[in-house]
Amino acid sequence: MNKRLSAIKIGELVKVSSVEPSVLKVKLSEMGIVAGRMLEVLYRAPFGDPIAVDVDGYVLSLRLDEADLIHVETKV
Amino acid sequence: MKIALLGNPNTGKSSVFNLLTGMRQHVGNFPGVTVDKKSGSILLENEKAELIDFPGTYSIYPRSRDERVVYKSLCDKNNPDYPDAVFVVVDASNLERNLLLFSQVYDLQLPIVMLLNMTDLAIKRNKRYNVEELRELFPEAKIIETNARAGTGKQRILEAAENIPQRHGHSIIENYSPAPIDDHHAQDEEANHRFKKIKDVMHLIEEKLEQKHDFSRKVDRIIVHPVLGYLIFALILLTIFQAIYSFAQIPMDYIDGWFNQFGGWVGSSLPEGVFTDLLSQGIIPGIGGVVVFIPQIALLFFFIAILEETGYLSRVVFIMDRLMRPLGLNGKSVVPLLSSVACAIPGIMSARTISDWKERTITILVAPLMSCSARIPVYTLLIALVIPDERIWGFMNVRGLVLFGLYALGLISALLIAFILKWLINTKEKGFLLLEMPSYKAPKWSNVGIKVWEKVHVFVLDAGKIILAISIVLWALATYGPTERMKNAEIYANELAIKKNLNGEQTNQLIASEKLESSYMGILGKSIEPVISPLGYDWKIGISLITSFAAREVFVGSMATIYSVQEDGKSNLSLIQKLRREKRKDGSAVYTLASGTSLMVFYVFAMQCMATMAVVKRETKSWKWPLIQLGYMGVLAYLLALVTFNILT
Repeated sequence: MNKRLSAIKIGELVKVSSVEPSVLKVKLSEMGIVAGRMLEVLYRAPFGDPIAVDVDGYVLSLRLDEADLIHVETKV
Repeated sequence: MKIALLGNPNTGKSSVFNLLTGMRQHVGNFPGVTVDKKSGSILLENEKAELIDFPGTYSIYPRSRDERVVYKSLCDKNNPDYPDAVFVVVDASNLERNLLLFSQVYDLQLPIVMLLNMTDLAIKRNKRYNVEELRELFPEAKIIETNARAGTGKQRILEAAENIPQRHGHSIIENYSPAPIDDHHAQDEEANHRFKKIKDVMHLIEEKLEQKHDFSRKVDRIIVHPVLGYLIFALILLTIFQAIYSFAQIPMDYIDGWFNQFGGWVGSSLPEGVFTDLLSQGIIPGIGGVVVFIPQIALLFFFIAILEETGYLSRVVFIMDRLMRPLGLNGKSVVPLLSSVACAIPGIMSARTISDWKERTITILVAPLMSCSARIPVYTLLIALVIPDERIWGFMNVRGLVLFGLYALGLISALLIAFILKWLINTKEKGFLLLEMPSYKAPKWSNVGIKVWEKVHVFVLDAGKIILAISIVLWALATYGPTERMKNAEIYANELAIKKNLNGEQTNQLIASEKLESSYMGILGKSIEPVISPLGYDWKIGISLITSFAAREVFVGSMATIYSVQEDGKSNLSLIQKLRREKRKDGSAVYTLASGTSLMVFYVFAMQCMATMAVVKRETKSWKWPLIQLGYMGVLAYLLALVTFNILT
């Protein structure tokens, strides 16, 4: 199933399928968010924004509008 | 030999830098940016090499204005900072991501050493890395395992520095040349390409046993908890603020007293004359005025260094981001802003941790609006003078309410101005978060110590020069005046003293008062009277407004001199009595509710601290911003004081 990272629930393991072309794309790529990368949503900040995501070994915090750019596949 | 030190953020790069350079560090400038260029010397067998610490980056391509120095220094052979060799610190527990930057620098054909750091963390996380495989992947690099926090590897690093292998053209991406600095598309393709290549060999380099996550994740559930998280943060802030406020007081008083005594001693020991006066009344108190800030700066940075070293600071950003973003501020702005309630100088210096230029600049610009402790003597005096000592609503003390109101006014305007500045200041860069959250770890105390030393050092040398210069100018203006005028003032004072039968002490005060009035400072005060009378002030207040440009608390002492009253510590009784009796030409009182409150409002907003301006200049590397600050705060102070005076009259 294809979704955006911003809609993924805590604890769910997903795989990056693509990243929206945008100014941030290269910055996300350089931090390891490329097609095929495994991600897990760990926790959210008090207002639900930003979120903390495990990127195959380290923890990255992203704003919801940044997470929105990341298309992921969930394991069904 | 010039060696560049690079690495991702949170790889222990500063520990490596401190390990190799110790106290032989100094701070300089990267041309064109506000990032400090930290360099230090490494003692090798045959020579002293210069190690330049570059900002931590995930790639050679910049994601912020400040990070452009990395690309510019490494990709342009003619750049003055182009290195002879590069050390890249790599986090052994995060190899895959770290290899992006490493492979980029490797492909640039620079002689290169990989410092495979945080090896202990890799072990804790059950990750086993294969150094031999890494060596096969990067045959022209030297690879050394280190644990900079524990201090191991220093000898091996130094030996490596003496024997860095020559490059013969091997690269991961064939025929590599870096993409143009602003070509995001090409940079993105490169990143994808590199990660593909890296992923293909990762199974050879790294063995992930059963995943073990450190306790950081469990702790984070509490730290980012909607209630507990903020509570913990508030408690930490309160502790820091309280500590700065109280623990700094004792050494500050001591420094004040010592410099006073020293100045007096020099004044009486050396032969009378202009030079002695300059030394004992201008230079020595001027230096004292710089040194007195050291306790506050040291304390604040001690705490901030701990917050950074432990990894907690990124959690602060995490929970504050949603709140600060609409104001154009960063989660990291909270520490500078709240510290500014004690003193804006260390507060503004700590804004350095904010990597986005716009957010950092806005934080620096509004920080002085947070009513600092220097305003307290002014508020205390004026409140006692014009605010009735009554209770309203049965229990609220009016005076306390006014004091609270002044602080609230400062805070609210800081947030409002930040909001306005967000729209006014134009940058092409859009803000983003993308913040790595490192594992929690115990602070390395030597890193903390070096950081505190560095901040104090930079303040005393950079800002200190400016502060000293301005205080000497102000002293000269207040001590000297047109010769005839000054002579007549002294004669007049003496005659008046005899007429009024004053004793020695009182006579001296009267002479001081008359001399101040006749000095250039006095002339200045009188000349601005037409400008400040719409606010309810007279020329005597005018003089004090100018003198307290140096530092707000000078206001009280200055007033005491003008009214030839002895400064009697915190109670100001005799001064208050004198002020109450002051009358204008038309017979009405000078200090009324209207004029007093207007003056208090003026002090909430006006930029009256040369030390702050000196620090802002230093942090923004230009006079533009402190002057803008002086300007906008001055305008605000004038207009709001005017409005206040008119409303209350």
